Amino acid sequence: MLLIYCPYCEEERSELEFRNGGDAHIARPTNIAEISDEEFEAYFFLRDNPKGVIFERWRHIHGCGRFFNAARDTVSDRFLTTYKAGEPKPNLDAAPETSATVETYEALEGAAQ
Amino acid sequence: MRKYSVFAVAREALRGHKGWGPHWASPEPRPHYDVIIIGGGGHGLGAAYYLAKEHGITNVAVLEKGWIGGGNTGRNTTIIRSNYLYEESMDIYEHSLKLWENLSQDLNYNVMYSPRGVMMLSHNIHDQQSFKRHINANRLYGIDNDWLTPEQAKAYCPPLDIAKTARYPINGAALQRRGGTARHDAVAWGYARAASDRGVHIIQNCEVTGIRRDETGRVTGVDTNRGFIGAKKVGISAAGHSSVLMQMADVRVPLQSQPLQALVSEPLKPIFPCVVMSNSVHAYISQSDKGEFVIGAGTDQYNSYSQTGGLQIITHTLDAICELFPMFRRVKMMRQWGGIVDVTQDRSPIQGVTPVPGLYLNAGWGTGGFKATPGSANLFAHLIARGEPHRLAAGLTLERFRTGRLIDEAAAAAVAH
Amino acid sequence: MSGVNRISGAGRLTPARTARFSFDGRTLTALEGDTVASALIANDIHLVGRSFKYHRPRGILSAGAEEPNALLDVSRDAARRQPNVRATVQEVFDGMKVASQNRWPSLAFDVGGFNDLLSPFFAAGFYYKTFMWPKAAWHALYEPFIRRAAGLGVAPTEPDPDHYASRYAHCDVLVVGAGVAGLAAALAAAKAGAKVILCDEQPDVGGALRYDSGTTIDGKPGYDWAQATGQALAAMDNVTLLTRTTAFGYYNHNFVGLVERVTDHLAAPDKALPRERLWQVRAKKVVLANGAIERHMVFANNDRPGILLASAGRTFLNHFGVAVGKKVGVYTAHDSAYEAAFDLRKAGVAVPVIVDCRERPGEAVLEKARELGIEVLKGHSVVNTTGKLRIASITVARNGGSGARKIAVDALLVSAGWTPSVHLFSQSRGKVKFDAETERFLPGTYAQDCLSIGACNGTDDLQATIDEALAAGELAARAAGAEGGAQVALTGQNAFDWTGGMIGAAEGAGPDTTVKAFIDFQHDVCAKDIRLAVREGMHSVEHIKRFTTNGMASDQGKLSNMHGLAIAAEALGKGIPEVGLTTFRQPYTPITFGAIVNHSRGSLFDPARKTPMHSWEEAQGAEFEDVGNWKRAWFYPKAGESMHDAVARECKTVRDVAGVFDASTLGKIEVVGPDAAQFLNLMYTNAWDNLKPGRCRYGIMLRDDGFVYDDGVVGRLAEDRFHVTTTTGGAPRVLQHMEDYLQTEFPHLKVWLTSTTEQWAVIAVQGPKAREIIAPLVEGIDLSNEALPHMSVAEGKICGVPTRLFRMSFTGELGFEVNVPADYGQAVWEAIWARAEPMGACAYGTETMHVLRAEKGYIIVGQDTDGTLTPHDAGVSWAVSKKKPDFVGIRGLKRPDLVKDGRKQLVGLLTKDPKVVLEEGAQIVADPNEPKPMTMLGHVTSSYWSSNCGRSIAMAVVAGGQARLGQTLYVPMADRTVAVEVSDMVFFDKEGGRLHG
Repeated sequence: MLLIYCPYCEEERSELEFRNGGDAHIARPTNIAEISDEEFEAYFFLRDNPKGVIFERWRHIHGCGRFFNAARDTVSDRFLTTYKAGEPKPNLDAAPETSATVETYEALEGAAQ
Repeated sequence: MRKYSVFAVAREALRGHKGWGPHWASPEPRPHYDVIIIGGGGHGLGAAYYLAKEHGITNVAVLEKGWIGGGNTGRNTTIIRSNYLYEESMDIYEHSLKLWENLSQDLNYNVMYSPRGVMMLSHNIHDQQSFKRHINANRLYGIDNDWLTPEQAKAYCPPLDIAKTARYPINGAALQRRGGTARHDAVAWGYARAASDRGVHIIQNCEVTGIRRDETGRVTGVDTNRGFIGAKKVGISAAGHSSVLMQMADVRVPLQSQPLQALVSEPLKPIFPCVVMSNSVHAYISQSDKGEFVIGAGTDQYNSYSQTGGLQIITHTLDAICELFPMFRRVKMMRQWGGIVDVTQDRSPIQGVTPVPGLYLNAGWGTGGFKATPGSANLFAHLIARGEPHRLAAGLTLERFRTGRLIDEAAAAAVAH
Repeated sequence: MSGVNRISGAGRLTPARTARFSFDGRTLTALEGDTVASALIANDIHLVGRSFKYHRPRGILSAGAEEPNALLDVSRDAARRQPNVRATVQEVFDGMKVASQNRWPSLAFDVGGFNDLLSPFFAAGFYYKTFMWPKAAWHALYEPFIRRAAGLGVAPTEPDPDHYASRYAHCDVLVVGAGVAGLAAALAAAKAGAKVILCDEQPDVGGALRYDSGTTIDGKPGYDWAQATGQALAAMDNVTLLTRTTAFGYYNHNFVGLVERVTDHLAAPDKALPRERLWQVRAKKVVLANGAIERHMVFANNDRPGILLASAGRTFLNHFGVAVGKKVGVYTAHDSAYEAAFDLRKAGVAVPVIVDCRERPGEAVLEKARELGIEVLKGHSVVNTTGKLRIASITVARNGGSGARKIAVDALLVSAGWTPSVHLFSQSRGKVKFDAETERFLPGTYAQDCLSIGACNGTDDLQATIDEALAAGELAARAAGAEGGAQVALTGQNAFDWTGGMIGAAEGAGPDTTVKAFIDFQHDVCAKDIRLAVREGMHSVEHIKRFTTNGMASDQGKLSNMHGLAIAAEALGKGIPEVGLTTFRQPYTPITFGAIVNHSRGSLFDPARKTPMHSWEEAQGAEFEDVGNWKRAWFYPKAGESMHDAVARECKTVRDVAGVFDASTLGKIEVVGPDAAQFLNLMYTNAWDNLKPGRCRYGIMLRDDGFVYDDGVVGRLAEDRFHVTTTTGGAPRVLQHMEDYLQTEFPHLKVWLTSTTEQWAVIAVQGPKAREIIAPLVEGIDLSNEALPHMSVAEGKICGVPTRLFRMSFTGELGFEVNVPADYGQAVWEAIWARAEPMGACAYGTETMHVLRAEKGYIIVGQDTDGTLTPHDAGVSWAVSKKKPDFVGIRGLKRPDLVKDGRKQLVGLLTKDPKVVLEEGAQIVADPNEPKPMTMLGHVTSSYWSSNCGRSIAMAVVAGGQARLGQTLYVPMADRTVAVEVSDMVFFDKEGGRLHG
């Protein structure tokens, strides 16, 4: 169970209070009625699904009710930062690299030479 | 390949089993193959086997970054069924089920396909409408799936609690008798052995780090931790990591990778004869031949490659199991684990060509990958060999996310009113 | 007497306090504080079970949670029976019944033991190679046979009457393990002022000090120091000490699960107490002091009852006062086993020999052995054992095989050294590293905020352990923010420093042999099985594990993993770190489902939502249906009425007179703000600007992909205020959907959303007499057609209570929906009912509601649509604005597949035989004679007997349906084929005149 810092409540709370909202920073096109089928596919369906840092949305649904954004490492599940909706993507260069110290279970399992 | 049989086992028993050789060979990679398949799970190994067996393409390598069968093939709850709703789904899962029925004999390897029946519990009128829709569609398509009264369900699965006083009483069930389970590791090993016997190279500890293309954009091979390996065609069958690999070819795909957890109990004497699933209370359970209850949980809500998830997901599932089977509260959980499933928005798989010539994708099986193994592998081999999808997989291509022709099994089952 | 092997004066139990229990029907006496294992051994019983595969006789091997053999069935009464209980953990209580498992007809004579003779056939993985012919025989014949033979205990068959509790806890420092290291760390952290939780799986603190006899800490005997320290900690306000509590799982973000066993050791537990309690702890820092687990020696026939780990022999003697035998041999590769021999000898037990496979055991223990006159055979090994149900002798030979001789024993203590418990560290996803010198895996790279100390960290020396623990405790406390002052200093002294240890097969069990030298006792995995797996091409440690099932039993390889790994590495010709470990997963030891589930059962499994009128409905004899987690009145049968009768009567009554319906479960959202209309313009397909206050409109909501997501009637109360209704099941997701767009896509809009579903009770009054029924109760609202026409809303009072009164209809009749504050729901309902009943109106339930709306062709989102239909498919394209520049779904609707011909569309179906009611979910075809697989055009979504139409009616989605009106199609059922005609969806009052009264 994750521990998530809500940037509105300014508190760490249990994952039970939150709902994941998928990728962050995917803006609905303002001219959505005019975009092509390909553009619509890209907007609605296609995702980076990174193994590493993902920018994602969370909603503090059983708390303040607000949507906010997070940068999380999908290998370690560690949060690098959370920030309010509407704020720009944070620059993570300064943040410590986390996946170097944590590996997936499969990487920890025995090699098969 | 040395044939496995009761006689061979008896002969070996007399000499301390010294005569058995490796299941599959472990050759050094060649510089170039006709086909490279990335991912040594059941789907990838099976595709290699069928390429060799049905299409005569034997200059094939399966590249596995870890140990074969170590992804979702070795982490699932081994449920097999084909009673899906839409034609596209019925086509591929029934094709698969038919292959399951003969797989042990075909591979000369006992994969322990056990048609003990898969029972889906109905708890309310909405479930009943949905299940009847499935049952009728299945019947007209030639797939077995029967409606049972609560009493009939209890007769088939005696531990079931059909009391009307339950929080969510059972008002019936759908039963596919040909559905059941199989031994997951044996599927990977059986395909590996049979493919290796036909000349396929199985290369473990070989992680793909890049997908190379020529100036026309066509695939030329893959970079790996063991160097460049050339190939005319490359098939990706690496559940969980499909997006990562497709990114190497600069293609974004409609997939999300999420943790999927499962658990087993301590081994107990047989008490549970079939597979029971309940979509309404989110539980599925069977008992393995070793006696463990095998219980599948849901996906965690976020994307992750960690192969682990939250205790609350396991808890939610056990809540439901103990509600359906109150006598199991004293049973103990022995081990829990997680896999990575890649999930599409319509909860149906993707199998087809990609925007990169020579690159083929088999992905997005979500929580249904194991049951599809032989069928998916068989049709993926066809796709790679012919360059176009088999009739039975024609609806599973990437194109549907542009046109909107989705195969939404989840939407068809899950909306309350 | 509490057993022939009880040594007077030894152990820490009180001889006067006895407890009686039965084992396989035989009544035995134990002492309070005994485990089942210590009590059985006290009574000279070693044989307690049969192995999984070969059904070999097995005895108690350990004295702790790692026990692979002694799994017993323990019951308090018929419903409180627990299979697979580790005898080494379970404490005896007076009156408990214990039974052995996996044997028939008896433990001493087990027919399954025949398997042992056939064992050459049952090599690892043999089942993959056979049982394939004939095809059907696997499931019909072989599998049932294998299933019966497998499994250990018998599953409970009665519902568990015990209850379980749950607690969430937060702390600065969680210390797992209360041995020397854990106690010292907890003390340091607590003295520094941190909030500490300390847990240990044993009933008392002390860890390894429980078996110890020669250690002093702070000048006191080690065990006494531990008890004093435990008491001191328990008395501190900032410390929670939990014994009988296993930390079973280390999860993300320092979340650790503990299970506390509360009553399983009590003879007559207080009924109010839970059997077990789940602790879900979120710790700022975790200190792991898990200790180490002793390994057994891998040699031929090393599994006979009476062969135990040396530390277990010491525990039974020093803690429980029980000697494991009268003539106890020792076979070891590690100094620690010598201390077992010393303790036994001092207690007067014969120790004929210490066999040490090493040429150079530790000098100090050799010296002591000489002093005590115990023969030590250095450079020797035990190469075989005899004894049918209990070990009778060992065969000892000089390494290399010469000079074999038999030595009679009735017990053998073994030790191959110690394996640090890195389980929780690994669960935290830390990476272990291999220490080549000591041949063990130790914590390497940490992934979470935790520290390992003591034996689990590879720290062997006592003082070093204490110093490391004190430092870790204080460091963790400080890091968690504790600022207390007191520092702690402790000194410890132990009798002997230990050396030695080995992993893998011992003498006589090497690659050239086929002896049964067990690695994994429970799964009957021998050294030769590992070699066979390697020979068969299983070169990954995970493949070896899965092929042999080594480490997959209920002890999860606590004893076997390192041995298996070493043998595999040898067979592969590789180093141990290159072969690597299998994964440690939760739980550390098996935990009951009951503990995980705890309170979540019955009505608390998923609390039922009930409307304000629920108790009235119940009193009227309503049947209820589950809709989501709501309980809704389904129909109101009168005495002797079937469901069909009741629904037919209700349907008729509503249209002839009137009916009252509880619509409170409908989702309700208050949409308020200057931009409310603009927001609804974006969320719904309809236009809302032109809706005047006081009027209502039916709205369709899509997802951005263009498919119908929800629907409902929206009333405009003021320029800036809308009362939105949703489907019953859709309320939470619709609110989430709206919030999502409002907060993240349209944050510039000034709109506030509030869920009001449970604020309003909703009473629908429908039928020709609806107005007459409510009119006298209503104040301040003109109910006339002119003032309050169909699809309008007004605020006023009813029965003196504020109401939002909607004029609307889901039946096609003159209708009102009376919204009143939930607390007044039942009172207003009863007032309405008091007027309705004398007029001949009825209360009706959801089934009648479904029939009546179907007679009018009103759709139910989720039943007639399924998330794959567009508004056009659902026949409501009139609700999609052609003028708006944007709404959610506008682009999705234009995708090629959503605009192509031949899509499935909602239509009506009339059976040619009006008496036949179609099955909901039935499939529709054009050619009933087409062979399977048939071409299905669609399916029946709603189907009812309509008493008002005097025939059956149905709705269905049919490919190209709107172009097929009048066509004959077929519904092939299992027993017959039903011919149907495609029709429009309005079956009753096609002109709609009744709506207007």
